[in-house]
Amino acid sequence: MAEFADLSKNQLAEMLSTMLRIRKFEEKAGELFSQGLIPGLIHLYIGEEAVAVGVCENLKQSDYVVSTHRGHGHCIAKGGDTKKMMAELLGKATGYSKGRGGSMHMIAPEIGVMGCSGIVGAGIPIAAGLGLSSDVKKSGRIVACFFGDGASNTGTFHEGLNLAAAWKLPVVFVCENNLYAISVPMKKTTTIEHVADRAAAYGILGIIVDGMDVISVYNVFREAAERARAGKGPTLMECKTYRFRGHFEGDPRGGGVYRSEAEMTEWKNKCPIRSFRTKLIDSETLTEEEVQEIERRIIEEIEEAAEFAQNSPYPPASEVSNDVFALDQQEGTGK
Amino acid sequence: MRAIDFSAAINETLRQEMARDENIVVFGEDVGFFGGLFGCTKNLQKEFGESRVRDTPISEGAIIGAAVGAALGGLRPVAELQFIDFVGCNGAMDQIFNQMAKMRYMFGGAVSVPVIVRAPCGSRYPIAGGAAQHSQNLEAWFMHVPGLKVVTPSNPYDAKGLLTTALRGDDPVFFIEHKLLYYAQRMPSLREKYPTLLCDVPETVYTMSFGHANIVKVGRDVTVVATMMMVHKCVKAAEELSKLGIELEIIDPRTLIPLDARTILDSVKKTGRVVIVSEDCRTGGVAAEIAATIVEEGFDHLEGPIRRLSGLDVPTPYSPSLERAAIPQEEDIIKAVREIIGS
Repeated sequence: MAEFADLSKNQLAEMLSTMLRIRKFEEKAGELFSQGLIPGLIHLYIGEEAVAVGVCENLKQSDYVVSTHRGHGHCIAKGGDTKKMMAELLGKATGYSKGRGGSMHMIAPEIGVMGCSGIVGAGIPIAAGLGLSSDVKKSGRIVACFFGDGASNTGTFHEGLNLAAAWKLPVVFVCENNLYAISVPMKKTTTIEHVADRAAAYGILGIIVDGMDVISVYNVFREAAERARAGKGPTLMECKTYRFRGHFEGDPRGGGVYRSEAEMTEWKNKCPIRSFRTKLIDSETLTEEEVQEIERRIIEEIEEAAEFAQNSPYPPASEVSNDVFALDQQEGTGK
Repeated sequence: MRAIDFSAAINETLRQEMARDENIVVFGEDVGFFGGLFGCTKNLQKEFGESRVRDTPISEGAIIGAAVGAALGGLRPVAELQFIDFVGCNGAMDQIFNQMAKMRYMFGGAVSVPVIVRAPCGSRYPIAGGAAQHSQNLEAWFMHVPGLKVVTPSNPYDAKGLLTTALRGDDPVFFIEHKLLYYAQRMPSLREKYPTLLCDVPETVYTMSFGHANIVKVGRDVTVVATMMMVHKCVKAAEELSKLGIELEIIDPRTLIPLDARTILDSVKKTGRVVIVSEDCRTGGVAAEIAATIVEEGFDHLEGPIRRLSGLDVPTPYSPSLERAAIPQEEDIIKAVREIIGS
């Protein structure tokens, strides 16, 4: 099983399960969206599953993940509860953020998911700050900071990577380069081909990895995580990947306005789940029956999540002003 | 009496609280080795080490962003913006109003973000002309963002008590420090003119509740609500007006969010007349919010229109003759008071 590094059969099966869980969750979310059951925007992770799963397989529960507007995959890969996630998408009180945040503002601090954000690039200095907390407290926790190719052109990318490098913070910056910032191809806005090349500017290691291959992602991240845990500072890891759907659900022709059919087909042929599934069966790591059993179980789980979400109540309007501030004794007589 | 100046009070508070709580960390531009441009973090790095007191690059977005992340990771960061004017630089504002202020709410109460942003504000006339990008008063911006507490101390005693409270609370706090307050010890001419800039500050630790205004001076004729440096100008003006038999009641809200509307309204009930004095620009400013609150909740007690004395709606000019004209002065306060009572 050399091609699967040090991963056990159980781990490999779990990784396939998680990739499938993301895929099925996203497909279900897309379905609920088209039925008008999701009252906001959703950005689906379909096609990019290998990145989140390859990264998170290396993380402990106490390690941190900083996510993006396309965060469902990260949350699931870190162990997120699909019921609470789906409920959040539907704006229900049982969601991770009690229906206050929706798809772009999910959080699960108990499993180290420290928040998705609707602002591109905003998570990068926040990840540095989480790394700082680990450094000051000597907690040994590391941070996986996900962001896209678009975020690599924000000012906070520069500031966050520079600060993390200067302070040798335990952060792995994981760029999910899906080639487009909404509709604009990276080559139109950026003169370098690889985001990873920017690592040189911060004196850190930059590595390019095939983001459609979960084992490659796993291997590269493992080394970056080891460096982070050893106090050797951050790494910039660029995963070449592709979203199979549009930027958001409702993006005309699934993003086909600005992407050619040929290009979309080419990438869909590299489906990270299909190729991993085939490898696991061809190598006799898992049998076809075992894989089908996993698929059946995942589909059932996601159906239950959707049902749970749909049956959950909306938060009562009486709670609209809760949680703006902590409930403490600092307040005086004023508003 | 133990009179220390504003920067010494900030410094002492940080030192005492850092000794009490190892999760408090301090970072910003020049705050470590150099001790801060205004000396507020002097010797903290020496005492608490380079892990807890850090010099940052000139990266305001990363300073505030890292503070947000550090707070999520269980620390209590005190991030210094060298001047409040830099809050718009390099993504800092996004981290403040889209991240720090909103996280508790948008994540359904799942996290606390106890970041304190310390930010010097205001005109340094007549000491140093900071001009358009080093003199602003932007407190109203932060009042408009739900989730932030906005603290505006006017003297060293309040600074210590309010900062201690901020450091022990679980909410993000914008802690705004008027720069002129830093100079009381160093500039004899300033403290001679405004003796209230220095006050007794106990060495022992104490906290002060947010949302409790200070009645700086009791008086029967006109309620004057003033913030930060303007409190001292109003005290000066009140002395002159006393000679004319006019007694001001001066109220310093101390925190703008939460705002102690009750104390202000109680005073208005007594005097029926109001002048609001703040250094920030008039339009959409602090005085506008306070005036609206008084009109809404205390209209029946008003005997005449409320007067706002605010900074002019101009970028802060450099030349002393212009800078002086751009912000309220004692004579403006006296004139406004005399006008509204027809004296």
